[in-house]
Amino acid sequence: MKIIVLVKHVPDAQLDRHLSAEDNTTDRADSILSELDEYALEAALQLTEARGGAKAGNQVIALSMGPAGAVNAIKKSLQIGATEGVHLRDDALAGSDAAATSLALAAAVRHLGADSPVDLVLTGMASTDGETSLVPAQLAERLGLPQVTFASELEVDGGRVIARRDSDTHYDTIEAPLPAVVSVTDQINEPRFPNFKGIIAAKRKTITTLSLAEIGVDPAQVGKAGSWTAVQTAAARPPRTAGTIITDEGDAGIKLVEFLAAQKLL
Amino acid sequence: MAKVLVFIDNPGQALKKSSLELLTIARTLGETAVAVNGTLNDDVAGAFGSHGAAAIFRPSSDDLDAYLVGPKAAFLAGAVAASGATTVLLENSFDGKEIAARLGIKLGAGVITDVVAVDPDGTAHKSVLAGSYTTTAKATTAVCVLTVKPNSVTPEPAGAAASPEVLTVDVPESASAGAARITGRTDKPASGRPDLTEARIVVAGGRGVDGDFGPVEELADALGAAVGASRAATDAGWIGHDAQVGQTGKTVSPQLYISAGISGAIQQKAGMQTAKVIVAVNKDAESPVFEIADFGIIGDLFQVLPQATEEIKKRKG
Repeated sequence: MKIIVLVKHVPDAQLDRHLSAEDNTTDRADSILSELDEYALEAALQLTEARGGAKAGNQVIALSMGPAGAVNAIKKSLQIGATEGVHLRDDALAGSDAAATSLALAAAVRHLGADSPVDLVLTGMASTDGETSLVPAQLAERLGLPQVTFASELEVDGGRVIARRDSDTHYDTIEAPLPAVVSVTDQINEPRFPNFKGIIAAKRKTITTLSLAEIGVDPAQVGKAGSWTAVQTAAARPPRTAGTIITDEGDAGIKLVEFLAAQKLL
Repeated sequence: MAKVLVFIDNPGQALKKSSLELLTIARTLGETAVAVNGTLNDDVAGAFGSHGAAAIFRPSSDDLDAYLVGPKAAFLAGAVAASGATTVLLENSFDGKEIAARLGIKLGAGVITDVVAVDPDGTAHKSVLAGSYTTTAKATTAVCVLTVKPNSVTPEPAGAAASPEVLTVDVPESASAGAARITGRTDKPASGRPDLTEARIVVAGGRGVDGDFGPVEELADALGAAVGASRAATDAGWIGHDAQVGQTGKTVSPQLYISAGISGAIQQKAGMQTAKVIVAVNKDAESPVFEIADFGIIGDLFQVLPQATEEIKKRKG
């Protein structure tokens, strides 16, 4: 199988995150591989390992679009087990919204499928920075491929992908022929950590850098200029301040209700 | 006058509150039309009229629900063309966002998700980076597609009811050609409690409930609240993943959020810090949740919650 996993280098969500005061873009210092992408990578590794892994010619390509630092998300993916990395990097991409991002990624996926066809494009359920969840669906629309999104279970059998998708009221079984774009939730598996062997092996794996020219994308179609939405203003929300804190002396439940009554919340 | 199209997917017997909110916002932006998929009963059609819809668009095909997202986006693209709408409003669910995503590509239209308010000029307001910033954004394209979070406005009927015309939009057969098929559906048992993302009050439990959500559920029921949970509680299997509030779960902005036995680390905070009032109960005085709580109780939730539940029942008689 040939699987492309989309990985994103995002600000660590465990730390305070900021928007640039200059142009409202995300400050990418202290970035890591998006936690939600680890589930997609794990799903790809499980699918290929069940088919003999890299030795049997299976490929798991970690593809990331982003500035220089994004290579770290690719390196981490190689340590975890991806077989090769591709870094789509071009100054013209800065400030791309979901539509422009999906345009560039669609071109990169087509480029990577030129020599041998891609079976699956796997993604996380959202990035942990933009959090829109738009890119997988937009990528499927642009590539004309079936989308199988928010999969909490996934199998590939007989040229078809079969997934479980949960909603609040029901869960569905979804089927589509390959190739397909699949996004997975954090319920699908337990991502592995890179081990020492993986870290050593990653040093010998290839990372290819692609520019927009190499994938045939006009720089005017991406970045801020090619985006269809623009952020106009951004303001840091004033931090919440602590209110009244009491220690239970046997009547805290009643005090809680008194507080709710005073706030007219009963 | 600008035209606005509201997408309502399978309204069922009556419109949800979040659907009425979309209709209420639409009227502030221009002349409203509705694109509805699924059965349209008289009550729902009447509600569209009383909320000012001038037209109702229905798909020529009745099997859009057999496929995931794609054909619904194709129907909506047809309805946008037929209505001449320049703004499209959808709900902010997984499906709503993905239909919006594909519609955006089909129309060359900018898509903005997680919207909480829309100005008459189309400027959308939203929170980003887990509620740490509020931003305004605008589509730079002729048509804009917005997915709006529940509880963003108070739904109100229009001053004058309209008698909407019902029109059919042709959905090309090619719309389902490249779409994933839904081959099975299993309904989950209904809890009888309000929907977590739409609830006015949420009572949530975390690691501190130690496998027993009883006190959390009893307090929730006394308050007519939804039940939420931290990731630690859902990962432990004490409650379904649907209940998870946080970065990888649901984002809620209720009037009141009662956090019980949750430390309030960033993962959880991301899902609830835009709540109007936060109450926290935790044994550990050092829990970060106390930094953001309006009212905090350092104590045992197994003592405090049942006592509060009893007191509420007493007061409500």
